[in-house]
Amino acid sequence: MATQAKTTATRRDFLYVATGAVGVVGVAGVVWPLIDQMNPDASVLALSSIEFDVSSIEVGQSVTIKWRGLPVFVRHRTEAEIEEAKAVPLSELKDPATDAERTKEGHEEWLIMIANCTHLGCIPVGESGEYDGWFCPCHGSVYDTAGRIRKGPAPKNLVLPPYEFVSDTLVQIG
Amino acid sequence: MAGNSTYTPTNPVEKWLDDRLPLVRFSKEHLMDFPTPKNLNYWWTFGAILAMMLVVQIVTGIILAMHYTPNVDLAFNSVEHIRRDVNYGRIIQGSHAVGASMFFFAVYVHIFRGLYFGSYKAPREILWILGCLIFLLMMATAFMGYVLPWGQMSFWGATVITNIFSAIPLVGDSLMEFLRGGFAVDNATLNRFFSLHYLLPFVIAAVVALHIWALHVPGNNNPTGVEVSSSRDTLSFHPYYTMKDLFAIVVFFIPFAWFVFFAPDILGHPDNYIMANSQVTPTHIVPEWYLLPFYAMLRAIDFNVLFIDSKLGGVIVMFGSILILFVLPWLDTSKVRSGNFRPLFRPFYWIFVLNFLALLYLGAQPAEGIYTILAKLCTAYYFVYFIVILPVLARIETPRPLPKSISESVLGTAH
Repeated sequence: MATQAKTTATRRDFLYVATGAVGVVGVAGVVWPLIDQMNPDASVLALSSIEFDVSSIEVGQSVTIKWRGLPVFVRHRTEAEIEEAKAVPLSELKDPATDAERTKEGHEEWLIMIANCTHLGCIPVGESGEYDGWFCPCHGSVYDTAGRIRKGPAPKNLVLPPYEFVSDTLVQIG
Repeated sequence: MAGNSTYTPTNPVEKWLDDRLPLVRFSKEHLMDFPTPKNLNYWWTFGAILAMMLVVQIVTGIILAMHYTPNVDLAFNSVEHIRRDVNYGRIIQGSHAVGASMFFFAVYVHIFRGLYFGSYKAPREILWILGCLIFLLMMATAFMGYVLPWGQMSFWGATVITNIFSAIPLVGDSLMEFLRGGFAVDNATLNRFFSLHYLLPFVIAAVVALHIWALHVPGNNNPTGVEVSSSRDTLSFHPYYTMKDLFAIVVFFIPFAWFVFFAPDILGHPDNYIMANSQVTPTHIVPEWYLLPFYAMLRAIDFNVLFIDSKLGGVIVMFGSILILFVLPWLDTSKVRSGNFRPLFRPFYWIFVLNFLALLYLGAQPAEGIYTILAKLCTAYYFVYFIVILPVLARIETPRPLPKSISESVLGTAH
């Protein structure tokens, strides 16, 4: 058989390939559930939307709430902080975003962000750092009063969760 | 080197067994009569010490799993329960926690011995690569083990390390959520870490078996780096090295016992005696001491390089610092193995050792001021040593004359 050069595929060749192909599909079908079980489960996904009443937060005060297991900053910014954030030219920013893009129209005093540093996930300390915003003690990232990255190893601004104001005081996150 | 045993079954039972499953022959060849260079010094005892430490960790670990509960509400208290209520739990938990540190201390000595005496060079490349693989598995196992007590350092260590994977372009965030089993480190994470922490030591044991197999094909390297040339160069493993290794294990267990009995928490971090809290980050996050050099390299990259941002850059450097060990046999092309005969290699080697210790120190310091600059310099030397210094030395260095054989180096030239 080895000495004879074959020019056409035989029925047997076809059966080998077909069997192999069905085998691969079968194995993939069995393996996928074994892998996918590690992804976030239904009970975790079920926590993906919350409502929060911001009326009790005074100007200059921040609270940290929990959304999808992650800490979220809700900060009632002062006039000075808003002015400071608006005055920064975009060219100075590592991850450019205007202050308006960081907040909702008509609710500029509210800054709502996921509280994990975009470097490796520590929670930055509020009202500190040289840009009057947040300072991450883990690896030294500094954020400004709009939560934008200004200095240090973090690559991005603090992440904004999807949210909207249902009324003037009630926020729906997620 | 197999087949060196002169084993002949002496009784009918052994003869019967030898024809079916030659277990006795195998142990004779690999544990008793294995020809071992007669000039091995005490740096060579760390292999046996490491084997012993793996056994200690597996035995204490299996016992701890009988009393531990991998649930975010119960894990922290169950570890305290082990330490306070379980009979001898204080000692067993202490041995496991301190044992991890002793295990890493021994593995570092073992690796640096290999680096000095050129144990990674042909024909021992596979042996070396398997060792690097064991080291990688050890780090993964130790990291997941550290998460189990569910203290503040456990939680934030897990957060930071799983976050590292989010640096990977495109799939990073999905991969991170996949590893965590949620958007944040939570119960799903703790449970799978417990499962994998139980599994990986047995994977390590399997790779150790391959490591020893790969050792027993070319046989041991030795302080001269000259290959065994005749039976005059060797001694049987038993009793000469079984006894030497046993003595070294006893000596090694003295500081181990001291830590367990007198200072079981000294190598840990006080923050880990606060239960995990996802709302508060400890002001100063540090991994266990044995991971600090790599942590220092991760943090050293706080600048963007072209399209690679600082976060991804740090991750590349940290993993690169370990992956580069895998290709070391092809970077150091010098034919002479032992550093004893390489006058130019030696100062650079010792600078490398000091540099590694400096990285260990820097990993524990806050990332600010002079520390970040020093960390960058030390990270640079770590890579320059492998990528530039070793290949260049191999070309320009004139080694000192090697002894003709191991026995000549021990006994002097024959008259």
